[in-house]
Amino acid sequence: MSTDTVAQLAGVSKRLGAVQALDGVDLSIRRGEVYALLGPNGAGKTTAISTMLGLVAPDAGLARLFGADPADLAARRRIGVMLQTAKLPDTLTVGELLALVRSYYPEPRSVADVAALAGLSDLLDRRYGKLSGGQQRRAQFALALCGRPELLFLDEPTVGMDTQSREHFWKAVRDLVAHGCAVVLTTHYLEEAEALADRIGVLARGRLVAEGGIEAIRARVGQRQIRCITRLTEACVQAWPDVRAVERQGEWLHIFTAKPEPVLRELLWADTDVRELEVRRAGLAEALNEITREAA
Amino acid sequence: MTTATFDAIARRSLAFEARAEFLRMLRSPSFVLPTLLFPPMFYLLFGVIMNIGRGSFQAPHYLMATYCVFGVISPGLFGFGVTVAMEREQGLLMLKRALPMPSHNYLAAKLAMALVFAATIVTTLAVLGYFAGGVRLEAGQWIQLALVAILGVAPFCALGLLVGTLTSGQGSTAVANLIYLPMALLSGLWLPLFLLPKVIQAIAPVWPAWHLGQLALAAIGQPSAGSALGHVAYLAAFTAVVFAIASRRLARG
Repeated sequence: MSTDTVAQLAGVSKRLGAVQALDGVDLSIRRGEVYALLGPNGAGKTTAISTMLGLVAPDAGLARLFGADPADLAARRRIGVMLQTAKLPDTLTVGELLALVRSYYPEPRSVADVAALAGLSDLLDRRYGKLSGGQQRRAQFALALCGRPELLFLDEPTVGMDTQSREHFWKAVRDLVAHGCAVVLTTHYLEEAEALADRIGVLARGRLVAEGGIEAIRARVGQRQIRCITRLTEACVQAWPDVRAVERQGEWLHIFTAKPEPVLRELLWADTDVRELEVRRAGLAEALNEITREAA
Repeated sequence: MTTATFDAIARRSLAFEARAEFLRMLRSPSFVLPTLLFPPMFYLLFGVIMNIGRGSFQAPHYLMATYCVFGVISPGLFGFGVTVAMEREQGLLMLKRALPMPSHNYLAAKLAMALVFAATIVTTLAVLGYFAGGVRLEAGQWIQLALVAILGVAPFCALGLLVGTLTSGQGSTAVANLIYLPMALLSGLWLPLFLLPKVIQAIAPVWPAWHLGQLALAAIGQPSAGSALGHVAYLAAFTAVVFAIASRRLARG
């Protein structure tokens, strides 16, 4: 394993009940990069992260954190974790929670630094149960930063955050990454992956079906999207050759096709009043849909 | 699943973990009020105000010992049972396992919390016994009673842990109460066993609370059944077996 690798799954398979949650997954997280793990619900994202954290033992293959077994406390002292599901004790204050989690690490960040990074400075004396949903997420993020981690696990970090909190959160993550911290991110907000990630891995049915930079993932999909305002109906457009899918959103019509040129000729001929015409390569969302559909 | 590590960081962290555990329980009225108030209330009612003593039976003495035992069961049974069930269900246990929490500190902190509550309950009852119940004992007897009651929290911590690994967060309080209240009555902790039907007296040695009650009575020179060694052996074996089953269940997640 390269010394630049901070976390790794090598040929990891894991069966959970009747479901093959992971099926021969190989992936490596490099020092200082943001790696977004994407895929539909049930694709194996949580199992992949749990395996990297040592919470789940793989049936086959190997998980490594900094070259060691993830169950090894010394390896986990170099990471920070924010899990989607964890509910912290309501009756402890933010400051008390920070003091506890700081005690897990050899050289923790100061409470003031953690609070400033997570935007919690005026909330240290507030009980966790009295925080709003967004503030609770920030408190959980703060706990993940306590140990000056070299690798940060963020599982759906911005669910429940308002726009302002989310912007602050993204800025904080960029600052950490600029100082050399690597991040493993799972998210349902693709704009979050686009805003933060250097690389994306796409899981579908327990297999890593695509991996690469955002542009590379988009380019894997030959599909184009035509967007316009037209009086034509969806059924009419759907009947043309080469049209893969049609969606109407208000007065806008979206046409998905691998061959935009013949479809455009047809469109301009059929509706001479067509307006606001636009052709673009598929976005990340469409690319993911396509990649996971192919894998199904 | 985590390797056992107890280095300087882990030792220092244990103090933080125990303090956090104690504070959060202290600030939970649904735990702290029944745990700290019920034993002295019942003692004052049955042992002092009603003073059910007659003949050679000294109610203020006898009931001070048995309400100490009644009291210390609660931080073990509820302090472990309810918190472990909640933390399993709500993901806190998983987060702490992913974070570098030294694995033994999770249960050690809860044990420390239970011991502090047990000591508080025993002190309260001793003060009430002395000033309200007129209980006078040798210094050595007070110390023995305190040791029996405070160390006696251990089997109920193990039992609480088992409840916590078997129940949901919502159900855990009900299940713990279903064990706690009947067992206290059937073990002669509320009222002396000789006031209860013969059949209840006959099955009493099944319950760990009965054995701890007999040790507490013996410590202050009240009449008790069985040998001290037998009670200690029963309680040690009970603790070991229940803890082994519970910690295996906890590790499997």
